[in-house]
Amino acid sequence: MTPNQTDRIATQVINFLVLIVVLILFFLLGDIILSGFPHISWHFLTSPSSSFSAGGGIRDQLFNSLYLLVLTLIISFPLALGSAIYLSEYAGNNWRTGLIRTAIEVLSSLPSVVVGLFGYLLFVIEFHMGFSILSGAIALTFFNLPLLVRSIEGSLHAVPDSQREAGISLGLSNWRTIRGIILPAALPGILTGIILSAGRVFGEAAALIYTAGQSAPILNYSNWNPTDSSSFLNPMRPAETLAVHIWKVNTEGVTPDAVSISAGASAVLIIVILLFNFGARAIGNHMYKKMTGGK
Amino acid sequence: METYDLSQNHIVTPPEEIALSTNQLQVYYGSGSRASMTDASLSFPRFQITALIGASGSGKSTYLRSLNRMNDRIARIEGEIMYRGTNINSPKVNVYEVRKHIGMVFQKPNPFAKSISENITFALKAAGITNRQELNERVETSLKEAALWNEVKDDLNKSALALSGGQQQRLCIARALAMKPDILLLDEPASALDPISTTKLEVTLKELTKNYTIIIVTHNMQQASRISAYTAFFHLGHVIEYDQTEKIFQTPEIQATHDYVTGNFG
Ligand SMILES: Nc1ncnc2c1ncn2[C@@H]1O[C@H](COP(=O)(O)OP(=O)(O)OP(=O)(O)O)[C@@H](O)[C@H]1O
Ligand SMILES: [Mg+2]
Repeated sequence: MTPNQTDRIATQVINFLVLIVVLILFFLLGDIILSGFPHISWHFLTSPSSSFSAGGGIRDQLFNSLYLLVLTLIISFPLALGSAIYLSEYAGNNWRTGLIRTAIEVLSSLPSVVVGLFGYLLFVIEFHMGFSILSGAIALTFFNLPLLVRSIEGSLHAVPDSQREAGISLGLSNWRTIRGIILPAALPGILTGIILSAGRVFGEAAALIYTAGQSAPILNYSNWNPTDSSSFLNPMRPAETLAVHIWKVNTEGVTPDAVSISAGASAVLIIVILLFNFGARAIGNHMYKKMTGGK
Repeated sequence: METYDLSQNHIVTPPEEIALSTNQLQVYYGSGSRASMTDASLSFPRFQITALIGASGSGKSTYLRSLNRMNDRIARIEGEIMYRGTNINSPKVNVYEVRKHIGMVFQKPNPFAKSISENITFALKAAGITNRQELNERVETSLKEAALWNEVKDDLNKSALALSGGQQQRLCIARALAMKPDILLLDEPASALDPISTTKLEVTLKELTKNYTIIIVTHNMQQASRISAYTAFFHLGHVIEYDQTEKIFQTPEIQATHDYVTGNFG
């Protein structure tokens, strides 16, 4: 065979493999969205779920998912940022950083059920936090942390060393260089990482069943007092998220329209996650253009 | 490669006022015990350009980066670096101050991902200059000194990354100059530039000797002979010869120097 022929065959095989992946993805997404879309309506998105009768919506679950996401990010982002800066800018390559990296690696490969049960035993039971958004947010932080640390560290690492040298050579301190030059340059990558990890958090169910709980008490959206138990902002209330709702409707749902609720909720979940992904791409591109481009 | 006797050297002390000098400077990278720079003792005349030449890996960057303590994190440096009567290689010296007095421009242009004016003002603000007028004034002066003002004066808020390579390099020079250093260290600043940008840069550097002492690493011998007053030839971590540029290029004392400047090296 001539090099030309081998090359052609290799290209065709690779194209074929890619095609399979793309087909699987489109089939999945298409199926979920097409079968769920007809069930999505304004009413579906804005009314509370009902346990027995038909016609329930997903308002509270949708809100819970978003609120949980925000809380998780508030907890995990500062931790992740600090660790990533330490790993990429301060720590050298020694046994200590090796240990930290391994720990992060292990953390990211823990099965979510295990994390959920751990969170249940430690936070829900031991710390008396009960089934609560906070317990759920902490459990989700366990997942989110390794993802975020790695993506932020990667973004920091992608800023060329010459930028650090430039800062140092102007008499700037290490920290000033990192804060004023390296972090802004890494910002598009960091934001992309946050949004992508948000997608993952948004869809998580197993870790939440035993931490944030499976009940959706009626929420009062006009009560802005986070310490009040009926307030939608109360982080100590149990909160069923969208993903958990889908799981629950499918396993023990007794409403006559369980199938269509599950289909509609799945479609909403997928659409939100897709939006996160496109959003990540758009923001990353926009910021990159803003920093490098003409204007 | 032909082996030369590294102990044979010829190093003069310029009669002019000296801006910076090193005494028996040794540089060890990492935890190694092998010196990448051995016994470098050179004196740099004030308001002149001094060129450092030598083959790749001969230690020019190693030496240059030691002068403003840029190698602190990666190397151990022994010996003295005398600046205004102080040994700035002492651990007690404030390295941030040292770097404000001894600025540096690198081989590859490395502007920040910020606007042109922010590139210049960022370090100034960090150094405590907040007066808007003073900042604007420094931006304008330094860009003029670096011969970039006319090209960018209407685009000061544009991203520096949108400039051409040559413009970026001159911006980096302006950025260093804005700190009002005494001495400017340049490591092959023209290696990424086309001939026209290079010429512009050389003119700029010559112009700068009115107020600055310049030490420049270059692989381009014509460049060294065009712009520098003194030249040091490095080989395998040793300073082999240091003299007036004319002398180095026309009647060097050491065989290795002669071979290098005539292109019969290695
Ligand atoms: N960060 C470093 N860590 C370890 N060794 C280094 C480092 N930087 C340079 N060296 C070694 O020091 C010696 C001198 O390198 P240096 O970069 O100073 O050469 P140079 O004269 O500037 O070469 P070039 O013309 O290619 O830039 C080389 O043997 C190199 O391997
Ligand atoms: Mg070099």
